[in-house]
Amino acid sequence: MPDTLTPVLTDMWDVDRAWTLPAYEAKGGYQSLDKAFAMKQDDVIAAVKDSGLRGRGGAGFPTGMKWSFIPQDNPRPKYLVVNADESEPGTCKDIPLMMGNPHVLVEGVIVSSYAIRANKAFIYIRGEVLHVIRRVQAAVAEAYAAGHLGTNIHGSGYDLDVVVHAGAGAYICGEETALLEGLEGRRGQPRLRPPFPAVAGLYASPTVINNVESIASVPSIITNGAKWFASMGTEKSKGFGIFSLSGHVQKPGQYEAPLGITLRELLDLAGGIREGHDLKFWTPGGSSTPLLTAEHLDVPLDFEGVGAAGSMLGTRALQIFDETVCVVRAVLRWTEFYKHESCGKCTPCREGTWWLVQTLARLEKGQGTEADLDLLLDQCDNILGRSFCALGDGATSPISSSIQYFRDEYLAHLTHGGCPFDPARSTVFGSASTVEVSA
Amino acid sequence: MKNQSLDDKTLNELREIAGRYPEKRSGLLPMLHLVQSAQGKVTPEAIEACADILDISAAEVSGVATFYTMYKRHAVGDFHVGVCTNTLCAVMGGDAIFDRLKEHLDIGNDEVAEQRQGDQYSVSLEHVECNAACDYAPVVMVNWEFMDNQTPEGAVQMVEALRAGHDVRSTRGPRLCTWREAERVLAGFPDGRVDEGPAAGPASLAGLALARENGWKAPDVAAVPAVEAPKEGQADA
Ligand SMILES: Cc1cc2nc3c(=O)[nH]c(=O)nc-3n(C[C@H](O)[C@H](O)[C@H](O)COP(=O)(O)O)c2cc1C
Ligand code: SF4
Ligand code: FES
Repeated sequence: MPDTLTPVLTDMWDVDRAWTLPAYEAKGGYQSLDKAFAMKQDDVIAAVKDSGLRGRGGAGFPTGMKWSFIPQDNPRPKYLVVNADESEPGTCKDIPLMMGNPHVLVEGVIVSSYAIRANKAFIYIRGEVLHVIRRVQAAVAEAYAAGHLGTNIHGSGYDLDVVVHAGAGAYICGEETALLEGLEGRRGQPRLRPPFPAVAGLYASPTVINNVESIASVPSIITNGAKWFASMGTEKSKGFGIFSLSGHVQKPGQYEAPLGITLRELLDLAGGIREGHDLKFWTPGGSSTPLLTAEHLDVPLDFEGVGAAGSMLGTRALQIFDETVCVVRAVLRWTEFYKHESCGKCTPCREGTWWLVQTLARLEKGQGTEADLDLLLDQCDNILGRSFCALGDGATSPISSSIQYFRDEYLAHLTHGGCPFDPARSTVFGSASTVEVSA
Repeated sequence: MKNQSLDDKTLNELREIAGRYPEKRSGLLPMLHLVQSAQGKVTPEAIEACADILDISAAEVSGVATFYTMYKRHAVGDFHVGVCTNTLCAVMGGDAIFDRLKEHLDIGNDEVAEQRQGDQYSVSLEHVECNAACDYAPVVMVNWEFMDNQTPEGAVQMVEALRAGHDVRSTRGPRLCTWREAERVLAGFPDGRVDEGPAAGPASLAGLALARENGWKAPDVAAVPAVEAPKEGQADA
């Protein structure tokens, strides 16, 4: 049985000048390179397959299998693209990872690119995180200077160039094909699949797109072995992952643990819900994953467990809300987000999210009727599964799940003639928000 | 704000950005960051310049510039303040912070506050979506640096310090630079501030601190059965 918490990626974060090459190498950094270069590329892919690593960007697709889809008989160049767009509401793990330990990402990029036989890799970072971009830019520059990047790396004959690319503000660019459009200098609108990026991705060439945390997990798999990785986690969800707790908990933050830990255990570690309050609802993996409640405290947080509970593990973005929070207000705000971020390419999402906001806003003001709840569910029905990409599907998650668990609260808005909650009670600074002293 | 035309240095840097990529059009996003650094917004002249370098139409560049929220068609302040009002931050106090700043600065969303006599710098305000810092809610971004765990009153004091020209530090990063300086870094030209600020803020370290206290680690490689002999454990620190 592994320990309760298993710091691997976060293990650097409390080290002095953790983001620098000397600090990283002092902790054994870049060890996986020679080991990987001594292996055949297909054996590196096999090791990642055997480890059971599944994508950490939300969907949980097996990483090694994705790599094996790259057609090696295709004469075009192969590319690795790291998805560092982290914008799913609640998700806040890749950003601290790149700030505190950028070299583990660079090391992962090198091994992963070697495995898929790419000589060029891109790290696409959302633009709104300036200091994180500085840290990754510097790590790449240090890696070049140390001979971990460039030509004939470590005398292996393998060449790799890495470009750090800043995005410009668009949640949809986290969707992998929209990201490729952004990286090609276009509006970030998803592409039709097939062809999948593995066959025709960046510049119509075979391309692997992986999340930051997925790629950063690769060096430890190569250095310590697939079995080591698979000794953590559950049967179908192997390894460790960063769990991000935010909201009404005593100690919000990042907790790196084997997959399958429960919210009850995490809350214990985080000191529980804030003093004097109770858990009301939470997202297991960002706002696009259906809400759960206190009845789900013991659900194993792995892909299967959360799926069986009617939601999705997503990005392990655990946003915790106590009983002071109005679920209708929360859901309306997320819905406004989806409406704003809809790229406009397909009608169900572009028009549908607009209608969802209209209907929800009316309910939140205590206007409308009980029939509007059915109208909302009907609108969700017309979006879910009919949208061009998963943004539209995600937009329906908070709505349908909140109606499932909190129908009465919607109705209370109607009988009350507006929102029955005092938003000041939910804030960290309490109801005297206009007179308190500065932090 | 004066709008000097793009100089040769900037034009050369735009070409340099395009040259980083196998296909030059890929440079467009960082190029638009660079023109914002040079001119304070995306001007018609800059759109033409990018189109020219990339051999695409000005309409295509314009279509891209209007798609992404970080590109501005009108000037922002020297310090652009973004209050996160996505659900989690909103609930934790982001809505109250945004309201207080609007009232204090006497502006609405996406507007520049008046630069009063004696103000060294201007500030602008907008509400932003989740900035991947929810464990530090409520979060305010200034020129895309983290200002964690804010309060309405603290945010007011911060914008006043910025207007007065005092040094303000990111809670998880360096001394704040101006918006134009920030845009230059986003275009891929580092500014030497990388070593300022911590590796991680307190919330980022919450789990790691507990692990240290309790002696929790990832499994020892030697303890995992039937594994190839490793050189060194990864988690023995
Ligand atoms: C609207 C939308 C936003 C997404 N945002 C991200 C993101 O910010 N980061 C990420 O890694 N994956 C994101 N994804 C998932 C990616 O499309 C893709 O599945 C992932 O990057 C694959 O990497 P992985 O297999 O390593 O998880 C998003 C998907 C959608 C539909
Ligand atoms: S579902 Fe929404 S974001 Fe996705 S393609 Fe359609 S309009 Fe764009
Ligand atoms: S909701 Fe504000 S940073 Fe995530």
